[in-house]
Amino acid sequence: MVEEDSIRVVRCGGSELNFRRAVFSADSKYIFCVSGDFVKVYSTVTEECVHILHGHRNLVTGIQLNPNNHLQLYSCSLDGTIKLWDYIDGILIKTFIVGCKLHALFTLAQAEDSVFVIVNKEKPDIFQLVSVKLPKSSSQEVEAKELSFVLDYINQSPKCIAFGNEGVYVAAVREFYLSVYFFKKKTTSRFTLSSSRNKKHAKNNFTCVACHPTEDCIASGHMDGKIRLWRNFYDDKKYTYTCLHWHHDMVMDLAFSVTGTSLLSGGRESVLVEWRDATEKNKEFLPRLGATIEHISVSPAGDLFCTSHSDNKIIIIHRNLEASAVIQGLVKDRSIFTGLMIDPRTKALVLNGKPGHLQFYSLQSDKQLYNLDIIQQEYINDYGLIQIELTKAAFGCFGNWLATVEQRQEKETELELQMKLWMYNKKTQGFILNTKINMPHEDCITALCFCNAEKSEQPTLVTASKDGYFKVWILTDDSDIYKKAVGWTCDFVGSYHKYQATNCCFSEDGSLLAVSFEEIVTIWDSVTWELKCTFCQRAGKIRHLCFGRLTCSKYLLGATENGILCCWNLLSCALEWNAKLNVRVMEPDPNSENIAAISQSSVGSDLFVFKPSEPRPLYIQKGISREEVQWGVFVPRDVPESFTSEAYQWLNRSQFYFLTKSQSLLTFSTKSPEEKLTPTSKQLLAEESLPTTPFYFILGKHRQQQDEKLNETLENELVQLPLTENIPAISELLHTPAHVLPSASFLCSMFVNSLLLSKETKSAKEIPEDVDMEEEKESEDSDEENDFTEKVQDTSNTGLGEDIIHQLSKSEEKELRKFRKIDYGWIAAL
Amino acid sequence: MAGYKPVAIQTYPILGEKITQDTLYWNNYKTPVQIKEFGAVSKVDFSPQPPYNYAVTASSRIHIYGRYSQESIKTFSRFKDTAYCATFRQDGRLIVAGSEDGGVQLFDISGRAPLRQFEGHTKAVHTVDFTADKYHVVSGADDYTVKLWDIPNSKEVLTFKEHSDYVRCGCASKLNPDLFITGSYDHTVKMFDARTSESVLSVEHGQPVESVLLFPSGGLLVSAGGRYVKVCDMLKGGQLLVSLKNHHKTVTCLCLSSSGQRLLSGSLDRKVKVYSTTSYKVVHSFDYAASILSLALAHEDETIVVGMTNGILSVKHRKSEAKKESLPRRRRPAYRTFIKGKNYMKQRDDILINRPAKKHLELYDRDLKHFRISKALDRVLDPTCTIKTPEITVSIIKELNRRGVLANALAGRDEKEISHVLNFLIRNLSQPRFAPVLINAAEIIIDIYLPVIGQSPVVDKKFLLLQGLVEKEIDYQRELLETLGMMDMLFATMRRKEGTSVLENTSDGFPENKKIES
Repeated sequence: MVEEDSIRVVRCGGSELNFRRAVFSADSKYIFCVSGDFVKVYSTVTEECVHILHGHRNLVTGIQLNPNNHLQLYSCSLDGTIKLWDYIDGILIKTFIVGCKLHALFTLAQAEDSVFVIVNKEKPDIFQLVSVKLPKSSSQEVEAKELSFVLDYINQSPKCIAFGNEGVYVAAVREFYLSVYFFKKKTTSRFTLSSSRNKKHAKNNFTCVACHPTEDCIASGHMDGKIRLWRNFYDDKKYTYTCLHWHHDMVMDLAFSVTGTSLLSGGRESVLVEWRDATEKNKEFLPRLGATIEHISVSPAGDLFCTSHSDNKIIIIHRNLEASAVIQGLVKDRSIFTGLMIDPRTKALVLNGKPGHLQFYSLQSDKQLYNLDIIQQEYINDYGLIQIELTKAAFGCFGNWLATVEQRQEKETELELQMKLWMYNKKTQGFILNTKINMPHEDCITALCFCNAEKSEQPTLVTASKDGYFKVWILTDDSDIYKKAVGWTCDFVGSYHKYQATNCCFSEDGSLLAVSFEEIVTIWDSVTWELKCTFCQRAGKIRHLCFGRLTCSKYLLGATENGILCCWNLLSCALEWNAKLNVRVMEPDPNSENIAAISQSSVGSDLFVFKPSEPRPLYIQKGISREEVQWGVFVPRDVPESFTSEAYQWLNRSQFYFLTKSQSLLTFSTKSPEEKLTPTSKQLLAEESLPTTPFYFILGKHRQQQDEKLNETLENELVQLPLTENIPAISELLHTPAHVLPSASFLCSMFVNSLLLSKETKSAKEIPEDVDMEEEKESEDSDEENDFTEKVQDTSNTGLGEDIIHQLSKSEEKELRKFRKIDYGWIAAL
Repeated sequence: MAGYKPVAIQTYPILGEKITQDTLYWNNYKTPVQIKEFGAVSKVDFSPQPPYNYAVTASSRIHIYGRYSQESIKTFSRFKDTAYCATFRQDGRLIVAGSEDGGVQLFDISGRAPLRQFEGHTKAVHTVDFTADKYHVVSGADDYTVKLWDIPNSKEVLTFKEHSDYVRCGCASKLNPDLFITGSYDHTVKMFDARTSESVLSVEHGQPVESVLLFPSGGLLVSAGGRYVKVCDMLKGGQLLVSLKNHHKTVTCLCLSSSGQRLLSGSLDRKVKVYSTTSYKVVHSFDYAASILSLALAHEDETIVVGMTNGILSVKHRKSEAKKESLPRRRRPAYRTFIKGKNYMKQRDDILINRPAKKHLELYDRDLKHFRISKALDRVLDPTCTIKTPEITVSIIKELNRRGVLANALAGRDEKEISHVLNFLIRNLSQPRFAPVLINAAEIIIDIYLPVIGQSPVVDKKFLLLQGLVEKEIDYQRELLETLGMMDMLFATMRRKEGTSVLENTSDGFPENKKIES
């Protein structure tokens, strides 16, 4: 990347998959789910993401299959549009502009030309169900302003609306009311639970509703775990309901099977319950699904169910209640205690995952790699239970060791603390528990760090705790004649005047250990464990501590709670400089001297990148996020970038990722908004960063030869010939998989034509411009990132003089592109 | 989806000796049988043939004992002076022994009078052995000579005068009839070949050699002398392989286990050590009442016989494994039920469906899986569980507390059941490893059963006992804190360096648990 735009903050992957009910395609081969501003299309068999439908400018709030054409999909968004997609090719067909925020979408086979959406009109809390007439028009963007009101005072969530019995009525629930609107009679009946009105602490609020597909029966879920089946609700007086009770906590979602013979329900227990024939006795369970079930949906073919879970996961379940596939995004359900880490082996991002697990998340492919079960105990999901929390984790010795700390504190005095050390096993390619230490400290562990010096012969771990001690753990030989074994033992215990140890940090070469005790920083020799010197600034407790690296390794940095950043020189044992900065996150770059600090102010968070050797920051970016930034980490790049501008040089070797309080994972990018941050399958096909396969070498050689030839011809004939890569037809030809290309005889003339020199005189600069545009357009539809700065790029084709050959090649290219799109459809269907 | 995860049972490190397969093997002997001999037992030798009788040389007698009798089967007492080194021939029918007066006598096992007498040594003969061809006897004496005798005509065949001090031990090769080794107080072990008139190999031991041993293959030589046991490779010209120094006093005897995997050495420090012959690490050790002079293992390690300086012979028999067989065997399913369908080969078009192996769950885990919390608690409060494995009971209580249902599980118990719980608390409350969990449980019990106190004298008594226990513990902790304070003061006065700190074992004051008001 030589072109340098300004650095922008971009969201990278990991958006919510469980925001709304997932929708199955008619043949159950695909499953659609909303994910931030996009709709993702997954294969139900391979769990792979087949397409990402992007086009919405705000959160997508609802998706439904087009009842008239099951190969099309409607989606609605907070940006006020309803879009119609061809999901097989991933093409946007139409956009209907409604103009107000749409919160949910429903379709009905009976109402052919209209869809139902939830909008809120006047007050922020009052939502309405309205029907939108979708005008028939051939143009791409259509205004759809014809709204007709159906129901008022409903809940925002689409779970609280259900259409029943082939669209005869619609049921909506809110608080203690169930309202049913009959389309034919155009009347609304409202039912109230008898006990709810007078009782103060009644917990039988409605939470969700589902309608039987063929009979007049409404199922409603309640806060107290009961499911009520309403019948005979045509009559305001004679209505009846029966109760099904198994859940002991709130019923999160309900769904009837396609035939209506069974009812599915789920809740916090993470157990999917199937009620057969709507009787209390006949029920089947699928237990231990991992996290709270938020949504349940059923495929139109009736062979699959799927459950969306609070840990950002979709489980596809076979009709006979066997889980068949899991689509897992970045788990964001819980607060992150461990912070962001990078696994040195897989370069995956590591953080708290589902309860008791560490998740390994690939930033490149935006996909969870695996979960490592740390706590290894049955997880009971119940309100108010104090769970064992995984509080600290650290990688050491180039990924060979992993240390984790888990704790559970019920009362002030009752602390359960356990430290586990995991060894990487090359054979099984995973971590295996090596040592378990009960109560390594008397109080909470505040910091954990490995000595990562390259020459260190013995793995060393330091833990700092609130009990005023820091402990040094070393790996010792524990083998006897029966087996070879290694284990960790405590080697040294240090303290400083019984102050709480708050942070610890090894210098880069491992010779010094810095431990902060509240306001005081102590430096210890890591060979003899002698106290070398202490630094004290009396500026509040030390919150972060880190050594400088490479040329700046003589500096030690400390950030205090009172908003002072101090830098000490270890050679002179004196304060080098200090600055007033309320540092929330301080992270050193492992590949350079740079240190990133994120400060928190009332307006937002600001980023400062600096070298410890001088107090002047290299780079400042204000307002990277409106929220508090909790964690950050530098991720080494696989291929170093080469920014020449001084301000961006800190991004050459590593990339900086950070996590905000609402748990969105963000990073900095200099690429233009059209280019994607993460290479997806499409970009991998089209970009030059091809993997170095044997085929690549052949192709590369071929291209080089072509280039050389071209250069020769350039020199000889002094004719400006477009480079092969820049001719879209050729690049399309080269990047389209061979098996989907039309026959060679068909392509031959096209290919040769594109190589021909045009007779027309043309200015040299026109060509690259044109090519640029082509590329822009191409990358636009593969664009996935969420741009915070919201730069609307005008990519529509402005009238530029184009010569005939390129017109020709453009049309050819379109043709080719069509082939390429078709290709995705049938490949995924395999 | 992931299956049920069983409750993690807290394991506590076992202090002291590690339990290994060797400790199990070598501890699997009955209590020793003690037989009093007339003098120090200098040699014990097992007959290589069944019924594996053993010859015990003590003072001027040789006793032959059977496997189970404590009375000797036979006694050879025709020695004028102390007898030494009674050794069986390979077929178990002849015994040869040396004596203090320099004679070597050969006995038939069934006879009484010596068959042959080899005269020629001028001083005490401490070692004799049969060669591999069964027709020769090797003897070593305090006159520094080693002699080879022919049995049929009781003639001296060869004499080696290479040792410069007493020859006190020796042994013949089991494979080659011409090879034998002797160890002497001149710190050397020499190997002689009957076909030549000189020693073929000499190995320096460094100490007066008390015992030598050849491995069955003849490749390795073990010598004991001083505090050292040394192993040499004969095929490399006697190169020292390993030198073991695990005894505090002189090692007097060596012995190989029947499998050849373990080497035993007895010493004057009253210990027998068992080494692994692969790593030469001590894997087990036995203690005896007196200094050990001789040691022998029966066929298949069935019996360990140790002779001591005070004339006591200690005989240990292996525990018979017949007892387990005597249990009435439940009828098991036939073999074919287990292999049913297992030996089916997958055909080309078949789809193989693997079912995950069913995980075995403990009974309490099964109860917890189905949320039968009271039942799970009842199960682990069973006396067999609470006494044998209290950590399981504590782990289940902890798990119930983690699930937030401990109070429910403890409530609603009758007099007998609550006294079970209280018994367990009384027994284990003061143990530091269980205390945090059990104090919490005790508080819950007191909260639940406070209203009904006074209704049952049995339970009231248990509560009073518990109260007494807690008060005692509080006193104890207070005393400990006082002691700690005193020690701190002493340390503070002695501490020279400022800054480095000493780890003190800060034991928490027992949480105040004086809620018991009964």
